[in-house]
Amino acid sequence: MGNEESVFFSRLLTEMTLSFHIIYATIGVGIPLMIMIAQWVGIKKNDEHYILLARRWARGFVITVAVGVVTGTAIGMQLSLLWPNFMELAGNIIALPLFMETFAFFFEAIFLGIYLYTWDRFENQKKHLLLLIPVAVGASFSAVFITIVNAFMNAPQGFDLVDGELVNISPLLAMFNPAMPTKVAHVVVTAYMTSAFVLASIAAFRLLKGSNHIYHKKALYLTMKVGLVFAIATAIIGDFSGKYLAEYQPEKLAAAEWHFETEGNAPLVLYGVLDDGEVKYAIKIPFALSILAHADPTAEVLGLEEFPEDEIPPLYIHYLFDLMVTIGMSMVTLSALYWLGKRLKWAFVDSKLFRWLIVLGGPASIIAIEAGWWFAEVGRQPWILRGLMRVEDAATTSGDVDIMLYLFAGLYIVLGIGSIVVLTRMFKKNPVEQELKDRHAEKGGDIL
Amino acid sequence: MTLEIIGITVLWTFLFGYLIVASIDFGAGFFNAYSLLTGRQRILTNIIQRYLSPVWEVTNVFFVFFFVGIIGFFPKTAFYYGTTLLVPASIALILLAIRGSYYAFETYGSRGHKGYSFMYGIAGLFIPAALSTVLTISEGGFINVVNDAPSLDYDALFSSPLTWAIVVLSLSSVLYISAVFLTWYANTSGDREATNLMRKYALIWAFPTIITAIGIMVELSSHNPEHYNNMLDIWWAFGISFLLFIGTVWLLFKKKNYGMAFWMLGGQFLIAFFAYGFAHLPYLLYPYLTIYDSFTNEAMAIALIVAFIAGLALLIPSLYLLLRLFLFNKDYVRGNKDNHA
Repeated sequence: MGNEESVFFSRLLTEMTLSFHIIYATIGVGIPLMIMIAQWVGIKKNDEHYILLARRWARGFVITVAVGVVTGTAIGMQLSLLWPNFMELAGNIIALPLFMETFAFFFEAIFLGIYLYTWDRFENQKKHLLLLIPVAVGASFSAVFITIVNAFMNAPQGFDLVDGELVNISPLLAMFNPAMPTKVAHVVVTAYMTSAFVLASIAAFRLLKGSNHIYHKKALYLTMKVGLVFAIATAIIGDFSGKYLAEYQPEKLAAAEWHFETEGNAPLVLYGVLDDGEVKYAIKIPFALSILAHADPTAEVLGLEEFPEDEIPPLYIHYLFDLMVTIGMSMVTLSALYWLGKRLKWAFVDSKLFRWLIVLGGPASIIAIEAGWWFAEVGRQPWILRGLMRVEDAATTSGDVDIMLYLFAGLYIVLGIGSIVVLTRMFKKNPVEQELKDRHAEKGGDIL
Repeated sequence: MTLEIIGITVLWTFLFGYLIVASIDFGAGFFNAYSLLTGRQRILTNIIQRYLSPVWEVTNVFFVFFFVGIIGFFPKTAFYYGTTLLVPASIALILLAIRGSYYAFETYGSRGHKGYSFMYGIAGLFIPAALSTVLTISEGGFINVVNDAPSLDYDALFSSPLTWAIVVLSLSSVLYISAVFLTWYANTSGDREATNLMRKYALIWAFPTIITAIGIMVELSSHNPEHYNNMLDIWWAFGISFLLFIGTVWLLFKKKNYGMAFWMLGGQFLIAFFAYGFAHLPYLLYPYLTIYDSFTNEAMAIALIVAFIAGLALLIPSLYLLLRLFLFNKDYVRGNKDNHA
C-alpha cells in the first residue's frame, strides 16, 4: 500500500470513528445537564415524576456513556496511530488541553459511578443532586478542552516556526486561539440542545404510542422548553461563528457559500446545485452574507478567487452547511411554536402531526451535529493544521490502515446495534406506569 | 530532579495504577467466565459485579491518562510508537471497546447471557497480551527504520522468547493480582465460599507469575544487556519485591489478614515495576528514543506539571470518596443495599 492509500484510509477511519463517537459524545455532554434540571425541578416542586424522569434518564445515559467512553478512547489513541507526524508536532504545543480533558473525564467518571449507585442512599435528595454537578461539569469541560484542541487545528498560534524548529511556545496562547470562543460555545450549546430534543422525541413517541401518562407530558414540556433556550443560543453563536470565519478562515466561508468573487452587498446562497461552476436553483437572500460576515449589508466579502487552487476546500461543504442551518432553524421554530402553543392553549401542538414532528426533531438534531462537524472538518481541507501542515504529510506510513478500517467498522456496527437493542429493551420491559406502581408499593406512596 | 524525570515518573505511576486496577478488572472477568464454565457462578458473580460496576469507567481513564500523557510529555513517542503499533494497539482498542461497552450493556441493561460472559472473560486476557507488546518493543530489536519510516518486524517479534515470556507474565500477573484482591474483597463481604475459592486461585497463579518474572531477567541478559546490567545494579529492589511476594503467599496460605496480603502484593509490584522502569532509563525505545531527546519544550512541560498537580488536587479526594463509598463500605460490600439507578 502506497502512502496515498494510507492517507486515504486514515482519513476514512478517522471520519468514521469521529462520526460515530460524536453521536454518543453529544448525548454524553447534554444529558447530565438534563438529569440535573429534572432532579432539581423534582426536589423544588416535590414532584415524584421529575425525580423518576431523572432516574430513568440516568439509566439510559449509562449505556450511551459506555459507548461514548470506549469510542472516545479509540479516537484518542487513533490520533497517534493514524497521524503520528501531526501528533509529534502538535503535541509540543497543544498537549495541555488534551491532558486537561482526561482530568475532566476522570472527574466525571468518578462521580458518575457514585451517582449511579447512591439512589435512595441519602435521606436528603439534595445531597444526591450535588453529586450530579461534578458529572455535568466534567462532561461539559471535556467537550470544552477537546474542542480547544480542534480550534487550534483551525487557527494555530502560540509558537513561532523558525527554520522548521518550534520556538517561543506558549501553551496558553495556543489554547486561547481565535477559533476557540465560538467553537467551544457552539459545541457545548448544540450538545445541550440536541440532548433536550432527543429526550423530547422519546416523550412525544411514548405519547403517540399508547401511553397518555402525565409523566410523559411533563417530560415533553420540560425538554422542549430547555431545547428552545439552547436552540436560540445556538443560532446566536452560529452568527458569531460566521463572523469568525470571515475574519480568520475566509476560504471556508466562501466555499460554504459558493461565493466565488470578492464583492460587497454579498447575498447568502441557500440550497441550489453547482453545475460546471454555475449555481442553479438557489435561493439568494440579498445582503445576508455581508451581514453574516461583517454585520454590515454592504461590506465586502472575500471570494474563492483570492485563494490558490490547492488551498480551497471541497465545494460540497455548501450542502452540509445548508443542512445544519436548516435543521437548526426548524428546531427553533418547532420548539417556539410548542412553547407558545402550550402557553396560549393552541390545540394543534397536542395533535398527532405535531408530535410526530417532535419525534423527528431528535434524530434531525443529531444529523445537524454530524453535518456541522463534517462541514467544519472538510472545510479546513487541505490542512490538518491550517496554514502549517497538510493532511497528506501527517498520516502514518503503515500499510495496514485498510484492514483496521474494516475491523473498526465492524466494531461500530456491533456497538450501534447493541446500544439500540439494550436501550429499547430496558424501557419497554419497564414502562413508567409499572415503575411508578412498584415504587408506590415499596414505599407506601411516599417517595420524597 | 529534571523535568524529564518528573514527567516519566508521573506517567509510570499512572501506568502502574492502570496495571493494578485493570488487572483486577480483566482477572475478574476471567474468573467469572471460568466459574460459569465450572458451575460455580453463584459463588463469584455477585462479589465481582458489586466491585466492578461503580468503578469500570474509572479503570478506563487510567489508560487514557497514560497514553495522552506520554504524547504530551514526549511527543516523539507518537512518531515511533504511533507508526509501529497501529495493528496491536488497534486490536487492543477493539477488544477494550467491546469489553467495556458490553459490560455496561449487561450490568445495566439485560443480564445473563452465557456466551457473552465467556467472550468477556477471554477478551480480558487478550487485551493485556496485546498491550504488553509495547513493553517488548521498548527493549529494542523489533523495529526497522527505512527512509525515516519505522515499521514493526513481526517475524522477529513473534519468534522472540522475550515476547512470549512477557505475554505469559502479563497473563499470570493479571490473574494473580485479581485473585488476591478478590480474596480480600470477598472476605470483607463475609462470603466464605467466594473467599476460599479466590484464595485457591491466588495461590495457583502466584508461581507462574514469579517464575516468568525471573525468566524475563534471563532473557534480557542476552537481548538487552544494558538494561540487564542496570537491573543488576539495583538487585536489592528486586530482592525486597521478592520478599513481599513471599509475605503475600504466606498470609494467603495461613488464611489470615487478606488486607495486608493485598497491600504487600501492591508493594511487590510497585517496587518491581519502578525498578524495571528505572533500569530502562534513559530509553523510551531502545536505542532510538531517550527521555531527553523526545522531551517536549520547557514551557509545555511546566504547564503540564502544573495541570497535573491541580488535577490531582481534584482527583485524590474524589477517588478517596469513591473508595469510601464502595470499597470500604461494609453495607455496600455485603450487598445489604442495592441503590443503583
